Amino acid sequence: MDYIGKSVIRQEAWDKVSGKAKYTADDSSPGILHAKLVVSPYAHARIKSIKTEKASHVFGVRAVLAGERFPLTGEEIRDRPPLATERVRYHGEAVALVVADTPHLAKKAADLIEIEYEPLPVVNNPTEALKKDAPLVHEQLGTYQKEERVYPVPGTNIANQTKIRKGNMEKGWAESEVTVEEYFSFSPSDHAAMETRCSMCEIRSNGDVVITSSSQAPFMIKRLIHEYFEVDIGKVIVETPFVGGGYGGKASIQLELLAYLACKAAGGRKVKLLNSREEDILTSPVHIGLDARVRLGSTEEGEIKAAELLFLFDGGAYSDKAADLSKAAAADCTGPYDIDNVWCNSLCMYTNHPYAAPFRGFSHSELLFAIERTMDSLAEKLGMDRLLLRYKNAIKPGDTTPTQVPLNKSNVGNLPACIRRLKEIIDWDEGVAKDIGNNKIRAKGVSCIWKTSTIESDAGSGVILTFNPDGSINLMSGIIEIGTGTKTVLAQILAERMKMEISQIHVQMEVNTQSTPEHWKTVASRGTFLAGRAVLEAAEDVIRQLKNIASCVLRAKASDLTVAFGKVFLRDDPSIGIDVKDIAYGYTFPNGNAIGGQIIGRGHYNLRHLTHMNKETGAGKPGPEWSVGAQAVEVEFDKRDLTYRIIRAVSVVDIGTVLNEMAAKGQVMGAMSMGLSFGSRETFKFDEFGRVMNSQLRTYRPIRYSEHPDYVVDFVVTPQVDAAYGARGAGEHGILGMPAALGNALSIAAGVKLNELPLTPELIWRVKKKEGFSDAFI
Amino acid sequence: MLSFDFDYYQPKSIEEAVQLYHALDREEKHPLYYSGGTEIITLGRLDLVYTNAVIDIKAIPECEVLGTQEGYFVTGSGLTLTAIEENNGFPLLSKAASGVADHTARNKITVGGNICGQIFYREAVLPFLLTDSKIVAAGMNGVRTEHIMSLFNKTLRLKKGELLVQLQTEKRYLNVPYRCVKKRPQWDTGYPLVTIAAIKAEEGIRVAFSGVSPFPFRSREMEKALNENGRIKERILASLQHLPKPVLDDVEGSSEYRLFVLKNTLFDILRELEEDHR
Amino acid sequence: MTAERSLSAVLNVNDEERAVHLKPTDTLLFVLREKLGLSGAKPGCLNGDCGACTVNIDGLAMKSCLMLAVESLNKKITTIEGLKGTPIQQAFVEHFAFQCGYCTPGFIMNCHAMLNTVPDANDDTIAEWLNSNICRCTGYQEIEGAVRSIVKKNQMNRKRP
Ligand SMILES: Cc1cc2nc3c(=O)[nH]c(=O)nc-3n(C[C@H](O)[C@H](O)[C@H](O)COP(=O)(O)OP(=O)(O)OC[C@H]3O[C@@H](n4cnc5c(N)ncnc54)[C@H](O)[C@@H]3O)c2cc1C
Ligand code: FES
Ligand code: FES
Repeated sequence: MDYIGKSVIRQEAWDKVSGKAKYTADDSSPGILHAKLVVSPYAHARIKSIKTEKASHVFGVRAVLAGERFPLTGEEIRDRPPLATERVRYHGEAVALVVADTPHLAKKAADLIEIEYEPLPVVNNPTEALKKDAPLVHEQLGTYQKEERVYPVPGTNIANQTKIRKGNMEKGWAESEVTVEEYFSFSPSDHAAMETRCSMCEIRSNGDVVITSSSQAPFMIKRLIHEYFEVDIGKVIVETPFVGGGYGGKASIQLELLAYLACKAAGGRKVKLLNSREEDILTSPVHIGLDARVRLGSTEEGEIKAAELLFLFDGGAYSDKAADLSKAAAADCTGPYDIDNVWCNSLCMYTNHPYAAPFRGFSHSELLFAIERTMDSLAEKLGMDRLLLRYKNAIKPGDTTPTQVPLNKSNVGNLPACIRRLKEIIDWDEGVAKDIGNNKIRAKGVSCIWKTSTIESDAGSGVILTFNPDGSINLMSGIIEIGTGTKTVLAQILAERMKMEISQIHVQMEVNTQSTPEHWKTVASRGTFLAGRAVLEAAEDVIRQLKNIASCVLRAKASDLTVAFGKVFLRDDPSIGIDVKDIAYGYTFPNGNAIGGQIIGRGHYNLRHLTHMNKETGAGKPGPEWSVGAQAVEVEFDKRDLTYRIIRAVSVVDIGTVLNEMAAKGQVMGAMSMGLSFGSRETFKFDEFGRVMNSQLRTYRPIRYSEHPDYVVDFVVTPQVDAAYGARGAGEHGILGMPAALGNALSIAAGVKLNELPLTPELIWRVKKKEGFSDAFI
Repeated sequence: MLSFDFDYYQPKSIEEAVQLYHALDREEKHPLYYSGGTEIITLGRLDLVYTNAVIDIKAIPECEVLGTQEGYFVTGSGLTLTAIEENNGFPLLSKAASGVADHTARNKITVGGNICGQIFYREAVLPFLLTDSKIVAAGMNGVRTEHIMSLFNKTLRLKKGELLVQLQTEKRYLNVPYRCVKKRPQWDTGYPLVTIAAIKAEEGIRVAFSGVSPFPFRSREMEKALNENGRIKERILASLQHLPKPVLDDVEGSSEYRLFVLKNTLFDILRELEEDHR
Repeated sequence: MTAERSLSAVLNVNDEERAVHLKPTDTLLFVLREKLGLSGAKPGCLNGDCGACTVNIDGLAMKSCLMLAVESLNKKITTIEGLKGTPIQQAFVEHFAFQCGYCTPGFIMNCHAMLNTVPDANDDTIAEWLNSNICRCTGYQEIEGAVRSIVKKNQMNRKRP
């Protein structure tokens, strides 16, 4: 049995190509009621009145919710009413909700709700939000309940601030012979998972609250429903079938709360709340925006001595996970470089924009855009090769991170090796830019990446294994199958450890918080790490049990036995043994005596030794390990009309041992695609009133088939000793350096500094025009 | 999900369709001709279209004609854009049609719907404007035929209840040199930033535009300027004086940038068409 | 000519006659999912933009959110549930051409129609067709691999006498 590294086809593959895989909204059992939201057309307004009479009288309407104050919600700061009452703070915010027999009737009634607004001045970006005279998004900020380690500043629009103070800045600047300073800016954008979010809720007569949701965090839903609405935690049951893409956007808890309230108002009947695409873009949480300032100082030889960073994250109208995102950015603020003197202020700003959810990479592709573009500026100013500058400063074992964590061979990947490999793949020595005639230039941009997962310090994962009478095993884990193939990888780990056929392992795909052991959240590329360890522990548990029973049957010491190939046998004489299937349900001796019973194994893994970041200096251990990589993008740029194509995108990442080659490459490529799409074309277009003008896939356009470049993915393998078979996470890394590498390539090609996103031809034109590019069209 | 209800009718003849329209209108059903229906369904969902009766025109034989008849290339209004592309009897039309939406959507979107719809790009109208094709429209007083240039001003000015049946294009235009270029904000998919269609007719170059203004247009003044003697660049600049103002400024692009793209694209088209001639 | 608000109709879906009660305003997507229990076609935008709802109508790829169910009377409707172990499904599995799987039925139905119409589609044709669908998970390269593998097989089969 040799499953590690094999491209095992995902367990649910045939269900997914035959339309049988079930997603939340696929449940259309009769009797389900349908909820419809009424959302705000304003980004900031006072709600003067809400009239619901007409809606209530529509045939088939079972409940109308509006104007009622429910407990405030929010993961870090409780600043968000499930339905807005006095004020709306972003365009698309949910204000009212109708429950009716059919979607048609619900929509009809929702259209009849009359809401009168009085518009208020809007905060339209995080830089504006910081100004002294900016309107306040939350006047009551000081009164909100909050977690211990968030630091809002009442009387301002600052929802959280994280400080990094490492080394001595004066010394750093004094040692710097060359400095560069750059400003960056991009607006919020969207996850745009193909499945729009959907939640269903039913309250059973015994009081059980049963929620089905397209979520990355069913166990968090359970906890929050309990905390917000005071339902006994054991009475909240959350089910999650397949999820049609999450990318972080389905780790936030929002629709579930509304589905619960709607269900309660409708007497506990099952209610379905399915986002339209427009609501999924506007109302549900989005991908965070950022304004940033970066200053780097280095010696003439290119040794970076000082980094000063200011991040103003556009957290939107509510802090939810944005507070945490801004903290994660601070923790890795320098990018993967060894810098002794670091000053960073990372602020999560309230604005009148849709609020932020985690997004693949958890604020790292964002901060890396700022850092890696500045690295290119520094290289230019130094007249130094861009990769060499990065190589010289690359983070290594023995260095410390911005939060002063000492690194060793296991907790950081091998960045220099990634850079060397990248250099070969992209033929770096041929030069960064080449004129290929016909007004066209080919240019290469590079970016280094790193990331740790700033997750809760007690995050954990559990696994249960049960045997079937034929000796096959059922594997239950709280990981959500959002497309990462993690559950197949778990089966590979189990098959490898048990030395059995993978076809004999049945993975339960759906999660039910009542019967599936808890997995913290399916985010942050932590699935394989946490659940993988739990699988190994559960495997040990069943092996021990199998040996115990077999030792009775075979009259041998358990320690002399081995489990493999569906058998338990004597290590020194494999001919003496017994089939697992004969003991998986216990064993019955020929005389009728029986011992044992169905074998049930359990395993659990908790992160350890993580510590909180210090409020004043940021010192602390925010994550278990740092994975690293180096990426490149090659573009073909038209000097005349300023358009371009992406020709090739390359990733060399150190994800430790590769457990499933094709699946891992798929993860990296998919993330690269998302990063390029974000970098090149995705953004919300806000008007001056803070409204999102492109809330459809017609106008918010992710990359499509013919637009994809050639992808090259390669791995450097530095096993992480802590992880199951040494695997690091792989779900996010592909995205991290893509916007930066694209920005670097285009800045070289166009000969101007492109420090905004998305990198559209119009942006290039705008920047070039400022630098005197004339409209000459010949 | 629509929040209103409608009845669905599928008449078999023009007369039946037109009469139905007026009967339903009298009943205040706000009837709509239903061709591909893509706009009625999708804008209806957003409450931007309202109707209580749709009259599907796809069973009317005249609306499904495609091919040459008596010196004209006839395009039935109910034909889907992919049907037109595949037939390719009018290459410029095929080209313009193939830029609209995406391949699957074009299996449903019809040329009549594209021309009569609210979504203001209406890219499929450009070839008909350039060739001053005839519009065959049916109303209570029977069928009339008019040149499109006299009937199209931002939108096709049909009378209430009139049905666009066909477009007839003189055969001599089918094989003239042409260009149709759709420039998008980024790469291959999405609405146009600008779409320019042009032909080289006997008297000179004709051009029509979509995406420059919130309506498609062909401008005789612009054509006049473009066909003067002089350097292409100067002719283009002169022609821009006659652009309908203001140039569109929206999520697809600012008006200034649109002008930049417009000029570049026009430049290429003119150069190519003029070289074609030599 | 029909003029009822709600009608009983028979739809030909996946070679079965299915009786169904529908309203003229119901889209085909709605009827397939909510009334016929065929949830393979997915809602992604209800606006014709994403392609997740793609089915085949008389062999043409069609976005079922852009079509009224009444328009599909007397037509042959094929949904993903009607494809059983076709080469393109096999190719998607082998090429890891999906992750979350949400876009997959739509992509496969579009590919299926294309491979029936243009079995030896060249890269431009493939691009033109497949630009009708969005996949947010993969980098499209895997989908490209899957489709090309079938086209290649078709070309080889054709060359063989
Ligand atoms: C995914 C998508 C992408 C799109 N992208 C583009 C694009 O890039 N460029 C572009 O130009 N457009 C684009 N559109 C708009 C699209 O072209 C229109 O929605 C479409 O043209 C409508 O055609 P239809 O046949 O579906 O019209 P319908 O919905 O049937 O009708 C539209 C309107 O025209 C009226 N009408 C239809 N036929 C007639 C007739 N024969 N006589 C009188 N009135 C009639 C109807 O009553 C209705 O008011 C896109 C649409 C979609 C769905
Ligand atoms: S749901 Fe039909 S195209 Fe998106
Ligand atoms: S596989 Fe998830 S959208 Fe394509």
